[in-house]
Amino acid sequence: MTPKALKALEPSATDPAFIRNFCIIAHIDHGKSTLADRMLQITGVVSDRDMRAQYLDRMDIERERGITIKSQAVRMPWAAAATGEKPQTYALNMIDTPGHVDFTYEVSRSLAACEGAILLVDAAQGIEAQTLANLYLALDNDLEIIPVLNKIDLPAADPEKYAKELAGLIGGDPEDVLRVSGKTGVGVEELLDRVVERIPAPKGDASAPARAMIFDSVYDSYRGVVTYVRMIDGSLAPRERIQMMSTRAIHELLEIGVSSPEPVPTKGLGVGEVGYLITGVKDVRQSKVGDTVTTAAKPATQALPGYTEPKPMVFSGLYPIDGSDYPELRDALDKLKLSDAALAYEPETSVALGFGFRCGFLGLLHLEIVTERLEREFGLDLITTAPSVIYEVSSDDGKTVTVTNPSEFPGGKVASVREPVVKASILAPKDYVGTIMELCQGRRGTMQGMEYLGEDRVELHYTMPLGEIVFDFFDQLKSRTQGYASLDYEPHGDQEADLVKVDILLQGEQVDAFSAIVHRDKAYAYGVLMTGRLRELIPRQQFEVPIQAAIGARIIARESIRAMRKDVLAKCYGGDITRKRKLLEKQKEGKKRMKMVGRVEVPQEAFIAALSGDTEKKDKK
Amino acid sequence: MPSALPIADPAPPDGLLPASVAVAAGERGFGVYLHVPFCRVRCGYCDFNTYTADELRGAKRADYASQAMAEVAFASAVLAHAGLPDRPVSTVFFGGGTPTLLPASDLAAMLGAVRDTWGLAPDAEITTESNPDSVDADYLLALKAAGFTRVSFGMQSAVPHVLATLDRTHDPKRVPVVVRWARDAGLDVSLDLIYNTPGESIDDWRTSLESAIAMEPDHVSAYSLIVEEGTKLARQVRRGEIAAPDDDLAAEQYELADRMLAEAGYGWYEVSNWARDDAHRSRHNLGYWRGHDWWGIGPGAHSHVGGVRWWNVKHPAAYADRILAGVSPAAGRETLDDETRRVEQVLLETRIRDGLPTARLTPEGRTAVAGLIADGLVNAEAALRGQIVLTLRGRLLADAAVRALLG
Repeated sequence: MTPKALKALEPSATDPAFIRNFCIIAHIDHGKSTLADRMLQITGVVSDRDMRAQYLDRMDIERERGITIKSQAVRMPWAAAATGEKPQTYALNMIDTPGHVDFTYEVSRSLAACEGAILLVDAAQGIEAQTLANLYLALDNDLEIIPVLNKIDLPAADPEKYAKELAGLIGGDPEDVLRVSGKTGVGVEELLDRVVERIPAPKGDASAPARAMIFDSVYDSYRGVVTYVRMIDGSLAPRERIQMMSTRAIHELLEIGVSSPEPVPTKGLGVGEVGYLITGVKDVRQSKVGDTVTTAAKPATQALPGYTEPKPMVFSGLYPIDGSDYPELRDALDKLKLSDAALAYEPETSVALGFGFRCGFLGLLHLEIVTERLEREFGLDLITTAPSVIYEVSSDDGKTVTVTNPSEFPGGKVASVREPVVKASILAPKDYVGTIMELCQGRRGTMQGMEYLGEDRVELHYTMPLGEIVFDFFDQLKSRTQGYASLDYEPHGDQEADLVKVDILLQGEQVDAFSAIVHRDKAYAYGVLMTGRLRELIPRQQFEVPIQAAIGARIIARESIRAMRKDVLAKCYGGDITRKRKLLEKQKEGKKRMKMVGRVEVPQEAFIAALSGDTEKKDKK
Repeated sequence: MPSALPIADPAPPDGLLPASVAVAAGERGFGVYLHVPFCRVRCGYCDFNTYTADELRGAKRADYASQAMAEVAFASAVLAHAGLPDRPVSTVFFGGGTPTLLPASDLAAMLGAVRDTWGLAPDAEITTESNPDSVDADYLLALKAAGFTRVSFGMQSAVPHVLATLDRTHDPKRVPVVVRWARDAGLDVSLDLIYNTPGESIDDWRTSLESAIAMEPDHVSAYSLIVEEGTKLARQVRRGEIAAPDDDLAAEQYELADRMLAEAGYGWYEVSNWARDDAHRSRHNLGYWRGHDWWGIGPGAHSHVGGVRWWNVKHPAAYADRILAGVSPAAGRETLDDETRRVEQVLLETRIRDGLPTARLTPEGRTAVAGLIADGLVNAEAALRGQIVLTLRGRLLADAAVRALLG
């Protein structure tokens, strides 16, 4: 038991021996934000009066979905004492990490800023695949791990069982696994003491040229880009000119400080400290996660290791449902890009969907978060095309093209296609092993192994094409395991595969939004699915409309929409010509919203429903 | 009349019309429509403006004829004020509702008011709608004596289960009897049929057509059943008690009607109307399609005079109040600009066999004609002569053809 620290240490002049830098590794819903809230309260940096739930989560989406998208750091004072000694005040820097697989790179940079990690696991659920993946990353970064079971106040909590599971994973005694409740605060003080006791103090050379690692970069509409750094060597001071080592760009340091958790300017940052920099740049691309900050006056010669450019893995077309919203969509993407260095996009035109953007994402969750932000923060209604991955397609003439959109797939003879592969691990209760194996095999997965975590939970390892995962794999996995399975994946090179492009044709005209690159064995199933959906969704025309699925010139599936035979209102309505004319005007208005594919009029809703798989409704007319 | 009224400008209380309505009035026929908003029972499919009670908030069925006659007098004053030349009435049509629910003397009195006010053209067509079970031989003789020339019977079907679905109460065997009485009285006869009633097979429809043709009417109308919002039928369809009508079957039934009627010597002259010869076409209905003038008398009735359309309040009591106060019964009106009049002409004249002059189309619309000929919707020879006339297939897709012609 330690009381709240009365006097915090002065930033920029803190002895590294009294600094502890740590992060919390946890699965979504395992209570990380709630635990962080309790820490903020117990250490006194947020008063009880100012406290609100999930204090650190800035975006509505984060708060609602319980997903931390952008990390942030908080400096908290904490007084601790070894038995029989005088209490000493420490500065604890808690670095909040993104919790999802799409942000593995950002996670790895957050971890690189720490010496230790709290492994937080729900005492009623046990560890999940993504947590396991991040745990591997933490061990890889040589972090000290403090295992903690959360939510011990829940009736369903089984701390004995999961303490054994955790001890089995990281070694040690199950008795050493701390038991806390972020909700009630039970065990949180012990946890803070444990952080001080177990996590090593940062080490660095105070006299060396400054080196600070950027672990997060956030766009703020008032202040521009706020860059979060961990000082490794040397120090930074206000008004200094700083340099980004990847680009050699030099910026004036307008403000330097620490978050506590609101930003507090300081006289600088020293070795081992964590804080923020403001330079006035307006685009997070000028301040990239993983980059090294040094000073222009006395630059370091060697950047910190581990920096890589964010690379989109998943691609999808984003289209406004109302075509006139296109300029708004462009503006919204421009704005999002300021705060999301991984988002890539370029204009694209579709016969079926009009004007939109081809966008690149780190993964499916990234795609989901971006579209949700566009819809929520910018009020746009969007349709997204089926996600695609990067293919390397070689033609017979020896040329190789990179294809991220089925429309780029070469039309001529294809010699070979390479597709990205991932290593996937799936964690689930053992009863679901059979159904998961069936799903993975159906998605061209190759089993690499299987391990028991405790008595009844299993981790399955697969290599699998990424293209199979982006196409509703996660939804399938969840629904087949009643939501119990969790998934993690990481890039694992590429492989040659027998992939073909399937086109969908309406009356002989290709409908671009429906072309897909699929494995040859699945081409027929895709063709049958899409032609069937479109037959249900496209209203009848005055002529019969064949719907075909084709690989090149070869038709692999076919449906047809019978010709409409009647489109006339027989009644005269006792001379109410006005009503008749208004009906005509309404029909013409409706026709304006139709997309033309050749001579076929298709309501945009039909395309949207076909893409989303919602085939419930069809206008009888 | 449909149950919902259009939304448009308010109508002035004095009902006065702009002077523009008089332009070229001599080239347009003048008709009178008299709406009788009463029925003995309301049929499940019907959304027309009609009521089954004898007395509605003080408006008595027995007083109705005098109210209608008061509107005739009001109409006469309005038309004269607008500077319209005196034109004898070329057609009068009593519709409903069930006009023959009123005593023949009431219909005679209303027709008399029209005659006394404007005069009737020597060859005037005077029609009343009637249900087969609401008239007898004496009634029909009385109509003839009053000057009626034509009666249109709501036969609908000859098949009992179809009539039952439609809530029609008459015995199909009575139809040939009343047709004979009408003939004996010296009246022309038209039969109204409804097809595509839920549960009506193609054979049921053939039976109805055979039965109608056997009565040798002068004129046949065949309307496809439409499930209108707010009707009992719409509720039954929504609840799944009755299957929704099928458009493909409707098309097949229409084609059968056109073929059987043609074989029996009836030619189509409008999408839903066939006549034994040109002389027996309904000139009153043609007036609607050709943009002629007509004054609609009665609750909910629609009128058109020289590019101004208006419609009366729907409820008989509200109507009676206005008429008795000497105020226009119109609920709303719209004044059509030149382009709207052109659009209406394309919309309406495309539906009649005489056709639409291609000169009325925009260059864009004229370009669309070639496509419509290629698709078999428009008769090629007629188009080459400068008239848009629909083919059989075109009649079934008339709304699509009109949309194409309007670009």
